[in-house]
Parts: sequence; structure tokens; C-alpha cells
Amino acid sequence: MVASSIAIEEISKELIQTRDLGVTEEGERLVELQIGPTHPGSGHMRIRVWVDGDIIVRCDPDIGFVFRTIEKLSENRIYMKTIPLVERPSLLDTTPMTIGYINALEKLMGIEPPPRAKYLRTMLAELTRIASHLYGVGILSIFLGHSTGFMWGFGDRELFVELANQLSGARITYAYVVPGGVRRDMPQSFPDDVEKALRYMERRLKDWYKIFLNNPVIEDRLREVGVLRKNDAVKLGITGPNLRASGVDFDVRVADPYEAYDELDFMVPVAEEGDAYARTLVRFEEIKQSINIIRDALKKMPSGDIIHPQIARMFNPLMKKIYEETRRVKFPGIFASLKPPKGEATARVEAGRGEALFHIVSDGSPRPYRFRWTTPSYRNVILFKYMIPGHRLADLPAIYGSLDYFPPEADR
Amino acid sequence: MASQQPQASQQRLALGKALEELATRLSEHLKGVATKVEADKRSMVINIEVDRSRILEAAKILSSLGFDHVKSLTGVDYPDKGVIELMVHIGSYSRGLRRIMAILRSKLDRKDPRAPTLTQIWPSSELQEREAWEMFGIVFEGHPDLRRLLLPEEFEGLWPGRKDFEIPTRKAGEVEEPWK
Amino acid sequence: MEGGLVFIGDLDLTTRKVLKWLMERKPIKDIVEWANAFSLWPVHLMTSCCGVEMGAAYAPRFDLERYGSLPFVSPRQTNLIIIEGTLTRKMARVARITWEQMVDPKFVIAMGACAIDGGLFWNSYNVVRANEVIPVDIYIPGCPPRPEALARAILMLQQRIKSRGITRHDLELIEKNLKLEKVEFARK
Repeated sequence: MVASSIAIEEISKELIQTRDLGVTEEGERLVELQIGPTHPGSGHMRIRVWVDGDIIVRCDPDIGFVFRTIEKLSENRIYMKTIPLVERPSLLDTTPMTIGYINALEKLMGIEPPPRAKYLRTMLAELTRIASHLYGVGILSIFLGHSTGFMWGFGDRELFVELANQLSGARITYAYVVPGGVRRDMPQSFPDDVEKALRYMERRLKDWYKIFLNNPVIEDRLREVGVLRKNDAVKLGITGPNLRASGVDFDVRVADPYEAYDELDFMVPVAEEGDAYARTLVRFEEIKQSINIIRDALKKMPSGDIIHPQIARMFNPLMKKIYEETRRVKFPGIFASLKPPKGEATARVEAGRGEALFHIVSDGSPRPYRFRWTTPSYRNVILFKYMIPGHRLADLPAIYGSLDYFPPEADR
Repeated sequence: MASQQPQASQQRLALGKALEELATRLSEHLKGVATKVEADKRSMVINIEVDRSRILEAAKILSSLGFDHVKSLTGVDYPDKGVIELMVHIGSYSRGLRRIMAILRSKLDRKDPRAPTLTQIWPSSELQEREAWEMFGIVFEGHPDLRRLLLPEEFEGLWPGRKDFEIPTRKAGEVEEPWK
Repeated sequence: MEGGLVFIGDLDLTTRKVLKWLMERKPIKDIVEWANAFSLWPVHLMTSCCGVEMGAAYAPRFDLERYGSLPFVSPRQTNLIIIEGTLTRKMARVARITWEQMVDPKFVIAMGACAIDGGLFWNSYNVVRANEVIPVDIYIPGCPPRPEALARAILMLQQRIKSRGITRHDLELIEKNLKLEKVEFARK
């Protein structure tokens, strides 16, 4: 008996060595797996993991599948044509990205939008933030196999996409923010529709808690999984709800206010544990806070112009007539040859997933000399390398889904 | 609304003064290391310009003062001056310094751009240095894993971020007719 | 006796010819086309930003599953690729490998302005055109197209299958599969 078992061991050792399963220098037996771009959820990235049995030993993110070279393209176009370029990567919450770009441009030009335009921009940014968080929870549900969560997430998101459609004319790519203000005013029935939607969302959140957050299966899969400690989060430069779920209460809307945020009343939700459950919980709490911000903004909305008077002076008579009758801004000729003075400007905003930074270098010509922007998902990629090793392979979808990582935003 | 406007502009004046004070105190800490420290009140940033050999020293001093992560690391190409400027946006999560950013700048020689790596001081710059390498050709000495991040293999040796890598442009009124 | 066909000669060759003749006759052709049209399952390959509208199209409001279309995980068990948005160089390789792995008859829908001719990113150095990588059947304009446009594209594809028949890839493959030797797997 003993002799034959030793013989089997020797045969299997031979097989392992001849089949070259990837033996490393230390003699461990590691297998490299490629979790490739064809997978459900937000694909377009490849994760290469090295596993020893079932435990992940090393992880290397392979990004760049949606790299569309926007920084280089913007050097070839005038300033206005970069607005749709900046919208496309982060397709779920497009408004904070355009707000950031236009803020940097306005700092260069030295103008500030009128108060009503600031409130309108803020309101649209919060509507898209709710839609983005619902998308994130929907994708997490696909990863965990909770199909009802996917259907509810996308179904509830449609409500806010329709509201944005009423305000700006398109479902997800609005191009609503222009230098000096916004493009359209809100219609008469808009405040009532928004109030109906917010009341529906508040009732619906209670159902979400029942089926998703207080669900014992989801709690088992998300608690104590993917723990990110506070020191690591600060050292690695993580942003957004991922950072706030680890105990750091940093939010650009409070730390460095832009638009109308310093006049509105809201709180920043922070959790202490740093695991996947805390990240999901922080997102749900942020939806509640966004509902408060929208209500507050509607109450305090000032009246007045929606475009800066310097630009309004350059309207021709037909544009002025359209502006006064229907409150829509038709672009004057100055936008086609906008030449901001020489210099540099930096702006940052809080998008749905974290902090986005915009830096424009201008040399006095109608095209930017250098446009640099960093998105929150790009800064969160490093978590794949440092947080995933040590977990079992079956926990990878739960961690990936809870990070709310959107590859087109990271690759720009 | 009208009552809030003077309040807002007063706040902005106060912030501007605080920023200038901070810039003077930073220039004292960085005496002998930085060639220029100035505040930009519009964007709420402090520009710090250092020579290539002093990058690591300045980074250590800033890190001990409370700046704990890198927000963006990239290069700006100036072919007519023959330099590539390394531009690092540094921020802080600590309470006193959240509001501002510091930009660390350094001019590198365009024919052979080399810079010391900042990953020992700020681990958040690891992937951003890889991107700066593949776009501009800046070699970061001491980086643990310098390889391509976003582009496929056929771009090895071409530095797409530089100004001499041109992409097609269409002038106004010009129409492409590929079927002709 | 009515006119009929008598086949003489090599049994293997005869069987192949009979099958080919039978597949082009009305009842079987109709059934095959109906089955294909109402089971267009796309593979989970999200190419770029139009994927958000594709995700919304399979969600409660614009439910595309009522046309028989269900996104499925494995390329070996699906028969449709929807190229949503821009194809970059890295992603083009992946799309080509996935397309080759799918079993005939297979179809391709190119969604969005970026898949047609580059769209907003036409002059980028990292973007390729979709029809240079895989053969496209239906194009959908828009940036991004509404989910109703995607529904319309699937209906157009169904009508096309019924009127023009399935592509010629499949008949050759059926001939190939009849060989009793080892079946070739797709090139890896």
C-alpha cells in the first residue's frame, strides 16, 4: 500500500513538472488566470491574478482597453469642442466633469457665472450623482447574482435620467454647462416633477434596505471582505465613497466648495469599517443626502440671468429674442474663437466616484496647450494591486463590484 | 442674494491672504531647495519650482509637512525651449491643508528626461509614473515596475504625449471623400 | 409517380447534397430562420461607453428580452456581438477573438457613431473602425443611441434573417461538420 502511494506521488510530481504550471523561484505552484474583458458587469478591463490553489497571491490590473487619448485630442480642438470629449468617459455622472472643465476655463477667463446658473448646475450634478450610485449598486448586484437588484437599480435610475432629459434635452450626454452659465432654463413643471421623483425614491429606499442591505446573503458576502484600512487609503491616494468608508471624511464639496455648495445644507456620510458592506452603505447614504441637496436647491433657487452678461452682450438680435422668450442660449460667435489669456488654472470637483482634477495650460491661442485631468477611477486602480491579494478567488467579484470602478473613466 | 455677495468676496479675500501666508511659510521650510515658491489665488494652489537634483529633498520636506498623496503626475512638453516640465499635483487629507494643493514643477532635459521616482515617499504615484513614462519618455530611476500602462505593444518607443507626435486635423470647410 | 430525384453514387457525397437541398426547402428553412431570429443572444462584451445604454435596454423600462434576446456569458453559447462605441486597438483584438470563438450563424450590430466611423474620436491614434475588424450587419447611428434604437436594430435584424436567410457561413460549416473525422475547434 505504502509503496504504491509513493509511486503515485512521484508520477504526479513528474506530471506537474513536465506540464509547466508556472513554478516560481520560491518553489510555490502558482497559476496565472486572466479574468478577461468578456465578463458580465462593467467589463473592459483585464485582471491578471496569480493563484495558489484558491487564494490570490498577486494581482495585476491590465487597463487601457478604452483609452481614447482625450488629452491629446483636446490639443487639436477649440475649447468648446472639448466639452463633449470630457463628458464621454464618465458616462454616468457627466455633469461634474463638465463643471470641472468649465470652472478651470472660467478661472482662466476671469468670469463667474450668475447665481441662478450655479444653482442649476448643482441641481443637475446631484441628479446625476443619484443615477450614478444606482448604476453602481446595479452592477454590484450583477456580480453577486442578485438579479432583482440589477433590475431595480436600472429601473429607478430611469426616473432621474428622464428628469435630466426634461431639463437639458438628452438622456445622458447633456453638454448643459457652457462657459459663463448654462444652456437652458428649467421648465415650469420641473419642480413638481422633481418633488414627485424624490418622494418616490425615499419610499423606495426602504424597500432597497429590505431586499439588499439587510439581506443575510448579501451581508455574508460583503461583510469583512476587502477591508481597506485608513492608513492605506490615505497613502494610496484613494478617493470618493471608498475613502469615506474607511474613516476619512474628505469631500471636495465641503473641503474646497465650488458652484453653490457652500450655501446648501448637507452632511457627508462616513463609515469606519472599510469593508465592502461599508462602501455600499455609504453609497446609499449619499443618495439620501443628495435628495436633501436637491430639495434645498429648489427652495433657495434665485431668479435672474442664466448666462454671464459679458457673453449676453455679444448676442445678435435674433439670439436675444430667443433668450428673452424661451430662456435658451444660442451660442454667439465668441465661443468659436474663445482665446483665454496666457496662464494656467486648476479646478477640482467631486464626481460620483471621487475627486476629479482639471488643469489647463493656455498660451493665448484658441486651442489649449496642455489639458490634464485625472479621474477618480484612475486613482483607485492601485487598489487592485494592493488590496486583493490574500482573498479567495470567489470573493473577487464582490470586491470588484463594491469598488464601483468604471473602466472608461479610468482610461479616459 | 445681494447680502451674500460681499460676504463671499470677503471670504475670498481672507482665503487669499491665508494662502499667501502659507506660501511664505513654505518657502522658509524649503529655503535653499526650491528656486521659486508662489501662490496662485485664483486656483488656490502654491507653485513650487525645484531643480532636478533637489526633487527628492523637496518631496521629503513636503511629505513631513502634511502633504500625503499625489493627485496627478505628468509632463508638459515645450519643444522650442528644449525641456519637458514634470508637473506633480500634491494634496493632503489632513484638516488644515485640505483646501489647497501644491504643484511641484521641475524642468527636465528633452533629449534624455530622467527623474527620481517618488514612490518611496508617496506610494500613490506608482501608476501615474508609468503613464508619464509611456507618454513622454521620462525615465523614473528606482521605479519598481516601469512598463506600459494604457497602450498596446506597437507604441513602444513612440512617445505619444510629445508635441512631435502629430494626429490628423481637418480644417473648416474641408471634407474627406474616401470613396473618390 | 411525381417527378423526384434519384441519387446514385458515393453515400457520403450524396448525403451532403441531400442535406443541402433539404435545408433550402421552405418548411425547414422557415423554422431555422424563426429559431435564429428569436434567440439572438448577445455576448457580454462591453466595448465602450454606449454599453450604458445597452445595459438600460435590457432593464425594466425597455425590456429587450421580449424579443428573445438575453445577454449571456460565454461566447460559445451566444450568436450576437454588439459593438457598443469606440474600438481601441487592445479591444479590437479581443473583439476579433470573441467573434471567431462564436459558432455560426452569428451576427454583428455596430452601435453608436464611434463604431461607424470613429465618431467624436475620429482622429485619435488608438481608435480603429469596427468594420475593419469584424464584418458588421447593422449600424445604429447616435451618440449614444437611445435604447429604443437598439430595439429597432434587433427587429431589423430579425426581418433581415427572415427575408435574406442566414449567412453563408453556416451552410459551409454544416457541410464541414458532416465529416466523421475530428471536428476542428476555432483557431486560438
